[in-house]
Amino acid sequence: MSEFLQFLFSGLTVGAVYALVALGFTIIYNASGVVNFAQGEFVMLGGMITVFAHAAGLPLPLAALAAIAATAAVGVALNKLAIEPARGAPVVSLIIITIGASIFIRGAAQLIFDKQIHSFPAFSGDDPIHVLGATILTQSLWAIGGAFAVFVGLWLFFTRTILGRAVLATSNNRLAAQLVGINTDFVMTLSFALSAAIGAFAGVLITPITMTSYDVGLGLALKGFAGAMLGGMGNPKGAFAGGLLLGLFEAMTAGYLSSQYKEAAAFVVILAVLFFMPQGLFGSKSTDRV
Amino acid sequence: MRLSSKHLTLIIMAALIVAAPFFFPSGYYFRVGALIFVNALAVTGIVILTGYAGQISLGHAGFAGIGGYACALAPVHWGLPPALAVVLGAAVSAALAYLVGRPILRLKGYYLGVASLGFGILVAMVLNNERELTKGPDGIEVADLGLRGLLKDWGLNLSNGEFWYAFTGLCLVIGAWIALNLFNSPSGRALRALHGSEIAAGTVGIDVARVKLQAFVISAVYASVAGSLTALQNKFVTPDIAGFMHSVEMVTMAVLGGVGSVPGAILGAGILTLLPQVLTVFAEYEQLILGLVMMLVMIFLREGLVPSILRKIRGRGE
Amino acid sequence: MSLLQIERLGIAFGGLRAVHDVSFSVEPGEIVSVIGPNGAGKTTLFNMISGVYRPGSGKVRLKGEDVTGMEPFLLAARGMSRTFQNLQIFQNMTVLENAMAGFHLQERGPVLADLLNLPSSRKRTRMAEEGARALLARVGLERAADREAGNLSYGSLKRLEIARALAMNPAVLLLDEPAAGCNAVETEEIDHLIAEVAKSGVAILLVEHDMKMVMRISNHVVVLDHGEKIAEGPPEAVSRNPAVIAAYLGTEAADADR
Repeated sequence: MSEFLQFLFSGLTVGAVYALVALGFTIIYNASGVVNFAQGEFVMLGGMITVFAHAAGLPLPLAALAAIAATAAVGVALNKLAIEPARGAPVVSLIIITIGASIFIRGAAQLIFDKQIHSFPAFSGDDPIHVLGATILTQSLWAIGGAFAVFVGLWLFFTRTILGRAVLATSNNRLAAQLVGINTDFVMTLSFALSAAIGAFAGVLITPITMTSYDVGLGLALKGFAGAMLGGMGNPKGAFAGGLLLGLFEAMTAGYLSSQYKEAAAFVVILAVLFFMPQGLFGSKSTDRV
Repeated sequence: MRLSSKHLTLIIMAALIVAAPFFFPSGYYFRVGALIFVNALAVTGIVILTGYAGQISLGHAGFAGIGGYACALAPVHWGLPPALAVVLGAAVSAALAYLVGRPILRLKGYYLGVASLGFGILVAMVLNNERELTKGPDGIEVADLGLRGLLKDWGLNLSNGEFWYAFTGLCLVIGAWIALNLFNSPSGRALRALHGSEIAAGTVGIDVARVKLQAFVISAVYASVAGSLTALQNKFVTPDIAGFMHSVEMVTMAVLGGVGSVPGAILGAGILTLLPQVLTVFAEYEQLILGLVMMLVMIFLREGLVPSILRKIRGRGE
Repeated sequence: MSLLQIERLGIAFGGLRAVHDVSFSVEPGEIVSVIGPNGAGKTTLFNMISGVYRPGSGKVRLKGEDVTGMEPFLLAARGMSRTFQNLQIFQNMTVLENAMAGFHLQERGPVLADLLNLPSSRKRTRMAEEGARALLARVGLERAADREAGNLSYGSLKRLEIARALAMNPAVLLLDEPAAGCNAVETEEIDHLIAEVAKSGVAILLVEHDMKMVMRISNHVVVLDHGEKIAEGPPEAVSRNPAVIAAYLGTEAADADR
């Protein structure tokens, strides 16, 4: 039991990060139809900028805020400089553009920062909490709580605010949204900023546990994407649940089967989901029109 | 007319391959040339899959890995001559592509990309983790192909660089010939038709699922053979050959040159293979520049270099 | 036994009955038109017959064989071909290649022979090319053969699509609004082409908005409204049918209100 609980805790912790990455994917996918392979770089930037801002003397909360704001700016730049000019390009081109962006950001991070592994102190100390024979880091609670807070915040934003509804309307039908006077370019920019900020926030939450370096982005992007797909592409609730489930699945695989193949878990899940229910757990079916 | 354009492409290719060494300042360039040819061979497979049939794969490096490790393992474990190991690798890749392709190819766009990506990563993971067989992430030695020694016995004495330059160049010309044959054949037309409209392809009797699978298997064999050649040439292979970045490289090379065009594939492979060689001076900027090139080309030359250039020339002619 | 027999065909999308209980049949050399106001279910009916949608109920019989819900490529092999309301041209190919693709069932062969450019493969390609050129001449597109299909005018593309559908030598040809978006001259050209194809013994099923065209060339008219068949018969009889007039006037009156 305590063993299971231990795996559960670690699964929820990484799952929280995957869930945030998956949410970020979903926001951009819904606003622009683009799958952003550079999503993981936002997480990396969030962690790395906090590390360096903190080292430069900023207090941790301020450093984290600076990192989130800077990453949001990177997200906006990505949209303005690479995604908007390529509107209407085929899927292969868009895939290559965002992978190119991911490699570019990684290369820039390697130059601006360095190639070392970094971390910063946990928010509330390093003493773990004991629960039924298992232990959980306080930082894990921060990560899980932070992820849920973002999820609830987004839900409120999309359902309760005019701006959020404008984003939803744009994702449903871009042209119709323009016709009723929504500035869809602004919505796109907002989505990239929001998505990048969420990614950076995830980076801030998880760095004290997993540490970070310039090259952690790609793996996270793939996991987040797997989570989003598991839940059903384009569905925020699905993305969040999918990310958490994926984290759990990975932790259980590592715990009970083989830690070597824990990375494989994500991809076995993706393949299984795609084969047996291509719409994902929460997705809806679509029909081609002729 | 069409026949001659195919032959023209092949003749120009062969001429360039034969002529280039006269301009090589040092033996090192034979190695670079061979690298380009092997990459171009793999990319020619992507042209068939993505350019002709319109299907995306982000996992083809997995097949290159199978081809490469077949050459490392089969001679040691089953006493197979390396040349036959290439064939074995291709057969295993084809069989695996057939099995994996059936369910995967029902998917479209991003879903297909990610499913293939998952497959590629699983192959890389097995190569990394099954240390008893593959010796893990540090890589494994590969036996000599033996062909150079054979040529020596027949009186043709080539340096290692020269031999691999000539051999991979020949393989590339054959690979290009096959791909160009396919383009204007009934099977190739079926592939391009489904790229144009899957629904219409069905109404003229094209079994879309089957034809897609053909393209997937053919392109897997290309990747596998290219992987084998890489391993044999280096006499060494690491799991990186099956890694995600290698898959991305293949697709980028194909799209950079112009994904529907075989000469484009070769040009794309050439540029992206040379880029890191040129950039060794500023190795630190390599990733930065690679990423930038990928984005710029896709934004400003959507069709890729060769079709964009051809369009310019034709536009001027009219 | 009719060549194409539609028996009580129906389908519902999320509880909405798009087509309900529609039956009729088509004989060789006959032109049967399906008409009806917008949203009557004509294209849905077409998509069920041609295997794009799987019918919820009822049967489609081709030459007596039950082909209900069979995939389009299998229907093609059994002699059913179609065109599309919103053109489905292979834009990435030349006009000639589009027509050649129509010969797929006759030109296909072992993929290995195609890869190695064996004489057998070249022979199949030659056969398809000759057939395609003859077809292009028949629809008046022989001079456009080497142009990229995407550059053709709308009317030419409509004819190209018909040529491609004829390439497979079908027993039944389904035409989904072949004259939609065409000018008077183009409409007349397509008119002639359809009549000529029917004369050669092909059974033609037509969905068309252009009532003049329908009345001029059809042997038999089936009228749909709200997914159900409300009338059927020779064109003159149908055009006098009070239920048909009501259906059309009803929608026109509604249109006028808007």
